[in-house]
Amino acid sequence: MPFVNKGFHAKRPTDGGHKLPPGQYETQDFPVLTAGPTPRIPLVNWEFRLEGLVENPAKWSWNEFNALPQQSFNPDIHCVTKWSKFDTKWRGVSLDTLLEHVQLKPEAQFVMAFSYGGYTTNLPLADLRNGQAFIGLEFEGKPLAAEHGGPARLVVPHLYFWKSAKWVQGLRFMAQNEPGFWEENGYSIYGDPWKEQRYGSDDDADGASTNSFRL
Amino acid sequence: MSRLDWQRATITAITPETPRVKTFTLRLPQWTPHRAGQHYDLRLTAPDGYQTERSYSIASPPEQTGEIDLTVELIDEGEVSGYLFDGVAVGEQLEVRGPIGGYFVWPAGPPEAPLLLVAGGSGVVPLMAMLRHRQRAGLRNPAVLLFSVRTPDEVIYQRELEALALADPAFTLLLTYTRQIPAGWAGYRRRLDTAMLAEAVGRLPGPPQCYVCGPTGLVESAATLLQAQGLPDETIRTERFGPTGS
Repeated sequence: MPFVNKGFHAKRPTDGGHKLPPGQYETQDFPVLTAGPTPRIPLVNWEFRLEGLVENPAKWSWNEFNALPQQSFNPDIHCVTKWSKFDTKWRGVSLDTLLEHVQLKPEAQFVMAFSYGGYTTNLPLADLRNGQAFIGLEFEGKPLAAEHGGPARLVVPHLYFWKSAKWVQGLRFMAQNEPGFWEENGYSIYGDPWKEQRYGSDDDADGASTNSFRL
Repeated sequence: MSRLDWQRATITAITPETPRVKTFTLRLPQWTPHRAGQHYDLRLTAPDGYQTERSYSIASPPEQTGEIDLTVELIDEGEVSGYLFDGVAVGEQLEVRGPIGGYFVWPAGPPEAPLLLVAGGSGVVPLMAMLRHRQRAGLRNPAVLLFSVRTPDEVIYQRELEALALADPAFTLLLTYTRQIPAGWAGYRRRLDTAMLAEAVGRLPGPPQCYVCGPTGLVESAATLLQAQGLPDETIRTERFGPTGS
């Protein structure tokens, strides 16, 4: 018999048109979660790099990066700590735009995003293409605040939000999947909120999306 | 890693800590030793199948076998905390899975290293697990807890912390009240600042491993102040905790 908590009912139905992944709740807030101090990156020193399995590594200064074509994005975002936030308002540079600047080696299948402050997180390359990911520079019409990952943050809204690396410094293209920071600390290698892949052991049920990677 | 399966825990005690904080002691059919600082996920299921989850830090040390203490703050309009405060009784069951989290844990290096804990409000919960583990394991490394609360009735674990400070000369409790002080209080009465962090660090014989947990503003501020004390980033571990509509 399925378990039920006697007398428990949803307190806050979510508004129409939006769906919550399993176990999540909606917040109007924008909570801040970090493993350590917030890095402060002077814009004059900031740079963004595409490296690893590419024929021609690419590098942008802050001004060069901001001169790239930008778009608006309004994703729903889902944090593994259970909150979801609907209709967030971003401006930034699509990963499709960035990938036009490099010629990837054929064996490049995975990406390690790396950040100022030392944070890393891994993703399949396919999850960054076709409008699925961008580098966020503005949030709700203002430059992205440092505590939310500014000046620039990778945003991959269809995965749990730890995959959206704050303070992103670049992407390293790889042939094999490797765990990043939270992935080494017990979290899912892929992080699909709709399959509730929160922790490493949640990956076992679905080998396909984990690309045969095992911790 | 071991599977994190949902299990039905039985509530064996509900202990009021402050007017808005209660500790739920849960007996687990499959208890596994946790590391101090880790959390459990708790899932509620409505009769119509709706489910929602929250994460709660473990307050008990791994030496307390077979059960865990989860200390929960009542959040305004809190879907889960509201139900836990009004809807459950000793003997009833709750679904949980864990322990979870591999970074905000102590010890993370040599356990004899000095330890600096900085808490805001209910952010003290995972830090209490560290202090309880330290005591129960017989560790006597120099340790400081700098604990920021708004008012005197928000000091979670107050009697236990004060008793520990009296019994263990290697442990220092530094409380600061930011809105209202208790009668006769001669200690800190302000938000965390440079002088306070300098004093906390100065109570220790060497550079500490730091754990900071609390609301966003406090965590951001404390981590920045600790950096300003010359502590390397990699020795400062942070976790956000507290009201986010949970």
